[in-house]
Amino acid sequence: MSQKTKVIEREEVVIRFSGDSGDGMQLTGTQFSDTSALFGNDVATFPDYPAEIRAPQGTVGGVSGFQLHFGHQEIYTPGDYADVLVAMNPAALKSNLKWVKPSGTIIVNEDSFTDKNLEKAGYESDPLLDDKLADYNLIKAKVTSLTRECLKDSGLDQKSILRCKNMFTLGMVYWMFDRPLAHSEEFIEKKFKKYPLVVDGNKKVLKAGYNFAKTIEALPYNYSVAPAKIRKGTYRNITGNKATAWGLMAAAERANLELFCGSYPITPATEILQELAVRKDLGVKTFQAEDEIAGICTAIGASFAGDFAVTTTSGPGLALKTEAAGLAVMTELPLVIVNVQRGGPSTGLPTKTEQADLLQAIHGRSGECPMPVIAASTPSDCFHYAFEAGRIALEHMTPVILLTDGFIANGAEPWRIPAMSDLPEIIAPIAKEGDDFIPYAREDKRLSRRWAIPGTKGLEHRIGGLEKMDGDGTVSYVPENHQVMSNIRKKRVELVANNIPELKVKGNDEADVLVVGWGGTYGHLTTAVRELQKEEKSISLAHFNYIFPLPKNTTEVFGRYKKVIVCELNDGQFAEYLRSSFQDIKFEQHNKLMGLPFTVVELKERFNQLLEDK
Amino acid sequence: MADTVLNAPNIKKLSAKDFRSDQENRWCPGCGDHGILNSVQKAMAEMEYKKEDYAVISGIGCSSRFPYYMDTYGFHTIHGRAAAIASGAKCANPNLEVIQISGDGDALAIGGNHFIHAVRRNIDMTIILFNNEIYGLTKGQYSPTSNQGMVTKTSPFGSIEEPFRPAQLALGAQSKFYARSIDTSIKLTAAVVQAASAHKGTSIVEVLQNCVIYNDGAHALVTDKATKEEYQLILEHDKPMIFGKERNKGLIMGSNGKLVVVTISEHGITEGDVLVHDAHTEDPHMHWLLSSMLAPEYPVALGVIRDVDSTSYDEKMVQQIEDIKAISSIKSMDDLLNSGDTWVVD
Repeated sequence: MSQKTKVIEREEVVIRFSGDSGDGMQLTGTQFSDTSALFGNDVATFPDYPAEIRAPQGTVGGVSGFQLHFGHQEIYTPGDYADVLVAMNPAALKSNLKWVKPSGTIIVNEDSFTDKNLEKAGYESDPLLDDKLADYNLIKAKVTSLTRECLKDSGLDQKSILRCKNMFTLGMVYWMFDRPLAHSEEFIEKKFKKYPLVVDGNKKVLKAGYNFAKTIEALPYNYSVAPAKIRKGTYRNITGNKATAWGLMAAAERANLELFCGSYPITPATEILQELAVRKDLGVKTFQAEDEIAGICTAIGASFAGDFAVTTTSGPGLALKTEAAGLAVMTELPLVIVNVQRGGPSTGLPTKTEQADLLQAIHGRSGECPMPVIAASTPSDCFHYAFEAGRIALEHMTPVILLTDGFIANGAEPWRIPAMSDLPEIIAPIAKEGDDFIPYAREDKRLSRRWAIPGTKGLEHRIGGLEKMDGDGTVSYVPENHQVMSNIRKKRVELVANNIPELKVKGNDEADVLVVGWGGTYGHLTTAVRELQKEEKSISLAHFNYIFPLPKNTTEVFGRYKKVIVCELNDGQFAEYLRSSFQDIKFEQHNKLMGLPFTVVELKERFNQLLEDK
Repeated sequence: MADTVLNAPNIKKLSAKDFRSDQENRWCPGCGDHGILNSVQKAMAEMEYKKEDYAVISGIGCSSRFPYYMDTYGFHTIHGRAAAIASGAKCANPNLEVIQISGDGDALAIGGNHFIHAVRRNIDMTIILFNNEIYGLTKGQYSPTSNQGMVTKTSPFGSIEEPFRPAQLALGAQSKFYARSIDTSIKLTAAVVQAASAHKGTSIVEVLQNCVIYNDGAHALVTDKATKEEYQLILEHDKPMIFGKERNKGLIMGSNGKLVVVTISEHGITEGDVLVHDAHTEDPHMHWLLSSMLAPEYPVALGVIRDVDSTSYDEKMVQQIEDIKAISSIKSMDDLLNSGDTWVVD
């Protein structure tokens, strides 16, 4: 598309777009990542935005960022440090400079470096004028005035013109990485279909940014990142939340049941409810409840009446749902509770990631109240684990908690689209008219009761939260029976272990160090372990998706390694849980509570230290 | 839903007995709940639903034991949440006839939020609200409908709280159907439960219930033989609002906008001056005045106070799904998975 003076081939590149939360950085980043994925790169992305919709303009607190990592090989994380930082204002530069690689490229909107903005960002002097950025390849572009100039005859008002300025930077970055504009042009045409002036304006500015970068030769050379070698198939980009919604829908289709979702909006889980609300065409029923409790309670009611029912939430919402979750355990009704974890406690860090709801998920209910807990580990495998949560819930007649987190929920990656026929059929134990139905009679293999759905002739029965007699299900306060029923509820969850895959280790079956992780830290742990394996270090990774119960071979796996280190974004909850199950193993820990994912750099440092320690 | 053909050949008409379960009843002797149970079973026997299409869903409290005594699908849930659970059940299967059983504590204290939102959404179900103005199962604490000054275990010096009037709360939440009865009046309760069930949308039946142990006689003026005729105004649509032992008392609208009790044939008042009940008017003003009347200043309004035509949430939900299905090109998960931006790697 353009004549390049010098082209440098790169294995992978990390770009971070940052600006005021109204600057359109999320959209800009998504556009670049979609275009790169279409080009054939493997991509991982992560949006990082403030909790406030419009935080005070120009301040560090109001900076919204979008990081993406694309490459010629498999990409597991959005990258630790950026090769290119786009900073739309001084605050964006101030808060993101620490994430730029030494001698990386920084593109700034020079127009925004006014005295007022510098002051708001907390700069005492203009960083563009002194030598603080001397070690970087600094590109100063008057993005605002160039956009204004470009659209002066466009017929758009000033406000609309300024809204196009993100397209200028997108155009610049497209030129730097030799990306075609076609995908974004199409996107603009579709998005602003009803406003032809806005379509023309955005396209014009996109092109202007592209040409500007070319004219000034924004880089002394151009990066080229060749397409990755990826398994054949049809692909799409997908975020974790969307994949979760689709996985739940897929489970409903394979179970031949209608899907009901009762939920209350909560960051960062809301997109699941939104995505399901769109899918009336597939018969999905969404119920935006009056609160978190009503969210799970409507789902329990729907489950009682024969739907595949789910409720979606984040940590504080899970806390509100706990009493009702106990009712689902007691009445042995299928239900999926999705918890997209965020930084806690209390309102905590709503838009940041953490894994600190693990013990809440396993234990956080009144009474002895076990239910299976599983966790997704990447944006796209949220589909698989949402499906699995549904499969376990329906086949075992139990509520199941699916844990994801803000990092994988908002992150996106290319995903090889499965065929529905490749997914297993889900058969729930539904009682039929004419069956000899006893409410709490159990089948041998899973100890699950049958599901007699209201409307089925002759199977009228009562269930409820009171303790009930084993078998006939009538209310019972008999002491021995409570022991029996408690034992059964425990056993029912243990038996799920027969219906899940064994733990697989990445790397050698025996090594000096076994890294243990669970859920959304998969990408960083995999990258760190792989890099150390390339350096011929004796290290392997065991990553858990099935948390409660654990895969059956867990003990055997742990026993083969000299040292085991459990890494998680909390204060050591999984390690604590493992210690209570495996008293003979010494578990080292690596923990972090900053609302941020691990970095590969910090992990490697920690693992190297452990490898060197005698 | 009501497509069961009652009079069709080979379909046995159900009797109240068919709705009795084999469970031992644990309510106190003399409890008003026994009467309500009989009334509901009597009403069901008259209604045109198949037995398997009833779902009786309750919260927690004395009244919430109700489903155990019904031979239908039943769900004894958790405190306050019956309205939410019933809402979900109705959405999952709009063909069900959902009946929610709650007490004043269950529906209006811990479950107040779910109550008002179920009413606002207008989910097609019948809420039978047992109002005894006390917490019975926890042994005698004041409830959100207890009168100010009432002495209970948690208000030993008299309650300082203003009570809810359940009808006012319901009307504030856009209620389309509100009826009231008393526990001892089997016939009236059965009749209003039938009317509630026939109404599309959330129907509330408030039953003034007597707790013999902790709040005996709470509704005495309205229920005692000696006084009840003077303090019961049984409303019927299109009928004059006449009451009293001699059937000579009525309501007129005073010039100050308040209802006034008058005696027919005194001060020149004739039957023609007495207000005529319009249950179907959308304007809730008169329904508010009627449902707010308290003895002894006024008679207590019973019967169907408000019954306004409306489309229920579940009807709209089903319709919206059908409409979107008809115009969408996405018919299956495979269609969805392959929709939008995709690319092929060879």
